[in-house]
Amino acid sequence: MISNLNILLPEIFLTLSIFSILMIGVFTKRSFNLVFNLSSVILIITIFIILNSPTDETKIFLESFIRDTFSSFFKVLILIASLFVLNSSKNFIVDNKVNKFEYPIIILISILGMFFMLSSNDLILFYLGLELQSLSLYILASIDRDNLRSSESGIKYFVLSALSSGLLLYGCSLLYGFTGTTNFDLIANELTKDNTGAIFAMVFILVGLAFKISAVPFHMWTPDVYEGAPTSITSYFAVVPKVVGLALLIKFMEIPFKNILVEWQIILIFISIASMMLGAVAAIVQKNLKRLLAYSSIGHIGYALAGVATGAIPGFESATIYITIYVVMNIGAFSCLYLMKKNGEYKENISDLSGISKKNPVLAFALLIILFSLAGIPPLGGFFAKFYVFTSVIQQEMYTLAIIGLLTTVISAFYYLRIIKTIYFDDSVITFDEVKNKTAQITILLSCGILLSFFLYPSFLNEIVNSLFIN
Amino acid sequence: MIEISLGHYLSLGAIIFFLGVVGIFLNRKNVIVILMSIELILLAVNINLISFSIFSGNVVGQIFTMLTLTVAAAEAAIGLAIIVIYYRNKGSIRVEDIHGMKG
Repeated sequence: MISNLNILLPEIFLTLSIFSILMIGVFTKRSFNLVFNLSSVILIITIFIILNSPTDETKIFLESFIRDTFSSFFKVLILIASLFVLNSSKNFIVDNKVNKFEYPIIILISILGMFFMLSSNDLILFYLGLELQSLSLYILASIDRDNLRSSESGIKYFVLSALSSGLLLYGCSLLYGFTGTTNFDLIANELTKDNTGAIFAMVFILVGLAFKISAVPFHMWTPDVYEGAPTSITSYFAVVPKVVGLALLIKFMEIPFKNILVEWQIILIFISIASMMLGAVAAIVQKNLKRLLAYSSIGHIGYALAGVATGAIPGFESATIYITIYVVMNIGAFSCLYLMKKNGEYKENISDLSGISKKNPVLAFALLIILFSLAGIPPLGGFFAKFYVFTSVIQQEMYTLAIIGLLTTVISAFYYLRIIKTIYFDDSVITFDEVKNKTAQITILLSCGILLSFFLYPSFLNEIVNSLFIN
Repeated sequence: MIEISLGHYLSLGAIIFFLGVVGIFLNRKNVIVILMSIELILLAVNINLISFSIFSGNVVGQIFTMLTLTVAAAEAAIGLAIIVIYYRNKGSIRVEDIHGMKG
């Protein structure tokens, strides 16, 4: 029994620390700074707990909870991502007066939900983790509660996300009914091609997951929520839940639905193509950087899904590499937004970037690297991410998917390059304030460093990801 | 006398589920109605789970139902809280008025 609790150690530690810092936040005055720093420490400690745990595959609690390298890798990835998202946005949070002590605590709670999702081997645990994550995200979207746009984005996110959770839950109930079990391994044994009811259930579950990663046609909420929510929350939304959603899609393909892969693949191919196309076309007309990043993230999810849609191990590996590099690029891109400050107000329009290369050359250069990487221009990290995905797609002889993917890459390069043109060749309009935001600057530096140096030693990430899918 | 079979329960669940989904999309008046539709969806799932559980003799479905009920309550609480803060900022919760951002 005690050894079972050992396996659950990261989750138990996270839960207990959330309770303690909640108490600290309630009973001390002006506790934002204290709670914020404590939650960063908690994130770091949790990373070390996970890294120190054994790497063998263990299932506990009636095989409903699983600890393996796959879940540990994604857990560490979301912890590192949230650490950087939180710390780079601290100045922004304080400047925009959303510095309530609940802010970091709710982020930690959503991370706890994601942990349970990633480790779930059972429909019940999966659904509860998903809801714990979604309920925290509803609150985060509307955390700036005196702001009309933030509360509007909260209401939109709540309605659409609750609908998608409902669809997913309906799928879970049908899956339970038609297979008679909620355990993933047993479902995999029960499911066969002639079980039409279960295929129906699979569609519902796929809809729910596609909503969480904002893949077309379930993307309607993304631009509005990204624009309305405070930028610090937007960067969290753009990075962390997407990683988990993609990991869950891979997990569902690998375990419960492995026998009906063909049906599942057709839908995924459609979703992937639709996301890539919408991400490439709709972003062209955007004027707001946050909206543009929203459409760009839809497109990027499309590329990652192309890797997942292959339904083979190399495809899953390439999708994992893609989402890792996507995390690095997006954290960097959003950190640049924290440096775009004029007279105490944060700017978020593309026109505000006009000609900043003269006055803010460092920020301009950082944006150049990140946008080139988002567009997939060699030798930056973003190019390798796309390269791996398309290699694995072509290996599976899915040529239509590869051709459409390459075409949309070219189209989407247009709007990234247009921003770079605005930065370097347009007339200078405004000069941003000298922002003393060390953490955001360090984050941008790290992000650019990783993107620039990825080509030197790509096997580092490759080897880690390869080891996830060995069994 | 017709014997009520699993199919009847599932049809009832499907009808209520469908009503909930349609309620979200057709409703143009009030956000509270959307909240009620979401509850309908979750309750339809509960009907499904319980009938599957009874007819297969597997108790897991009933446990799942308990947990779903809890989640539904939490979701309603958070949804109402978000509606309250929206009303304080806007002074209206009509669905037509929620269009501050477009593009």
